[in-house]
Amino acid sequence: MTTEHTIKRKLKIATTSLAGCFGCHMSFLDMDERLASLLEQVELDRSPFTDIKHCGPCDIGLIEGGVCNAENVHVLREFRASCKILVAVGACAINGGVPAMRNYFDLQDCLQEAYLTGTGITNPQIPNDIELPLLLDKVYPVSEIVPIDYFLPGCPPSADAFLQLLQPLLAGQKPVIATSQLHYD
Amino acid sequence: MEPDKPASSPATRRIAIDPVTRVEGHGKITLLIDDHNHIVEARFHIVEFRGFEKFIQGRPYWEVPFFVQRLCGICPVSHQLAAGKAVDQIAGVRQLTPAATKLRRLLHFGQMLQSHALHFFHLSSPDFLFGFGSDPRQRNIAGVLAQYPEIAMKGVKLRKYGQQIIEAITGKRIHGTGTVPGGMNKALTLSERDALLADIDDILQWSQEALTLNEQIHTAHPEHRDFGTLRSHYLSMTGSNGELEFYHGGLRANAADGSSIFDQLDYCNYQQIIKEEVRSWSYLKFPYFSALGTGQGWYRVGPLARINNCDRISTPLAEAARLRFRAYGNGGAVHDTLAYHWARMIELLHCAESIHALLHDTGITSTDLMADKSERQPQGIGVIEAPRGTLFHHYQVNEEGLVTQANLIVSTTSNNQAMNESVRVVANQYLDGQEITEALLNHLEVAVRAYDPCLSCATHALGKMPLQVTLQHRDGKIIHQLTKGVDGAVR
Ligand code: SF4
Repeated sequence: MTTEHTIKRKLKIATTSLAGCFGCHMSFLDMDERLASLLEQVELDRSPFTDIKHCGPCDIGLIEGGVCNAENVHVLREFRASCKILVAVGACAINGGVPAMRNYFDLQDCLQEAYLTGTGITNPQIPNDIELPLLLDKVYPVSEIVPIDYFLPGCPPSADAFLQLLQPLLAGQKPVIATSQLHYD
Repeated sequence: MEPDKPASSPATRRIAIDPVTRVEGHGKITLLIDDHNHIVEARFHIVEFRGFEKFIQGRPYWEVPFFVQRLCGICPVSHQLAAGKAVDQIAGVRQLTPAATKLRRLLHFGQMLQSHALHFFHLSSPDFLFGFGSDPRQRNIAGVLAQYPEIAMKGVKLRKYGQQIIEAITGKRIHGTGTVPGGMNKALTLSERDALLADIDDILQWSQEALTLNEQIHTAHPEHRDFGTLRSHYLSMTGSNGELEFYHGGLRANAADGSSIFDQLDYCNYQQIIKEEVRSWSYLKFPYFSALGTGQGWYRVGPLARINNCDRISTPLAEAARLRFRAYGNGGAVHDTLAYHWARMIELLHCAESIHALLHDTGITSTDLMADKSERQPQGIGVIEAPRGTLFHHYQVNEEGLVTQANLIVSTTSNNQAMNESVRVVANQYLDGQEITEALLNHLEVAVRAYDPCLSCATHALGKMPLQVTLQHRDGKIIHQLTKGVDGAVR
């Protein structure tokens, strides 16, 4: 880490979860004590860990999860427009992951199972309120919707992998992630 | 306010907290406000749908404990264990080996410890250390690390320790393996055990400090008593002697006045007592005790329910803490919604004490991990107490062992009605008739956070949600155009 950068201005990082399980965010926290030094170097902008609800101009955006509804599309586009470097984090963001398993089924069948025909249901109906975002027919990888600068694989990527990605990026360099840290499980 | 008035009912103003932050996953709160700033409606919506119950169909049953963890990266172990208990039944296993049971319990205590620490220190503590209406730029874990480094670091290390237990047993901190039909796939080695033993005294000490901090926060603030507080029924699992139990026991439901609704109910009969209501404005269903109906039958689960419901705790420090909690409630249930945090820290301490005991148990490193199987069964039901409350997994399989039906009632679903009630209470107490500010809005989130909801997915609305969306490939090509019909169908 160059002190030059930190003196000039703290770099801003934003994170979000689209159709993911939050495991990638948890793995980010698995930096444990190293989290403290990272947070000294960077400022967290919009993230589930802060109360900032709208992304401002950021240096790095981390995206967990694929795109399964209209809101995800909005958030993803907002991130792309706000972040200089956008990283797809984890299997779900990269190829849809487990949520994309619903792509093998008709969306209406999934909704029917959950709200009409499943076990122990009363008042069966498919939720359809103006406050609920439109579901997409499929779960899409983020790279199909916006250009992505880096991909960090894993389900989730380890805390070490996050650091190997972030440290060079913060120093203005291209990240090289050790093969030992590249996991796909 | 009527709970089920459509969100689009005429009101002069709509305010949305979107997304609710510092919770795991995403939801949003909407308020409808009239000309005089009176609250017409306040709702907590879950806008996520993944259709898990459908797409698990056709998968082999033994895959389920690994697969279902991807529902949730915050408490994957809870899903692994609940599903694990269900697949044990499917595999025809009646009794696990003592070593496998101990290992699963240790895993579960590790999970509970990390999740409770995460929730208080990383997500909720800023509200209490800085104040509900403090500067939102500071109100986060980075702010706590800067201002109260000692408290924050102990929280970070408590969570780390729980994660290390999980890693030692399952090979990975998040989404590991471990639970297989009939047992566990790996023993705890002596060196892994010793590494964990080296830190357990610190963990015990810090858990006590975390509890003391929470007791002080709660008792020093009389206004916490009524903050989003509800007199509700409580559901939890207890051991056969009514003791606090996270892994295996019978179901107990108590009414607000402490009287019993049912007790030591075999969880395999859950379908007889719980039904789930669908409402148009949330993807999360609303469970209720079927005998009491939708209006009266809702209940709360999680730490507050467990500490209120149990008769004792098997470990001494946590039991002493429970008695103080009980005294605060004048011998009855404590209904304060913010006491969820206090109850959670009693459990954190119980986890630390139980981990201490299990690590000193010579059987914990035994390699006798697989039970004998008998004939395969057509269904399995697994229930545990996850960090956020009672968690139900129910699977049916065909002759080939492929899943044909799945039903999950996750803990946060059980608290759905309660979270909505608490949001309404706080909206009426603090926001009604007021000029709405960010500080006041955070009060609503504080009420939701007390439940430690695990919503596990994304939302962020820019203005009103469209009823039509065009999905363009990044090169400009239109991938798909979708419209939502009046029936909810997407075309
Ligand atoms: S990649 Fe894995 S850990 Fe990350 S969001 Fe998807 S399922 Fe969760």
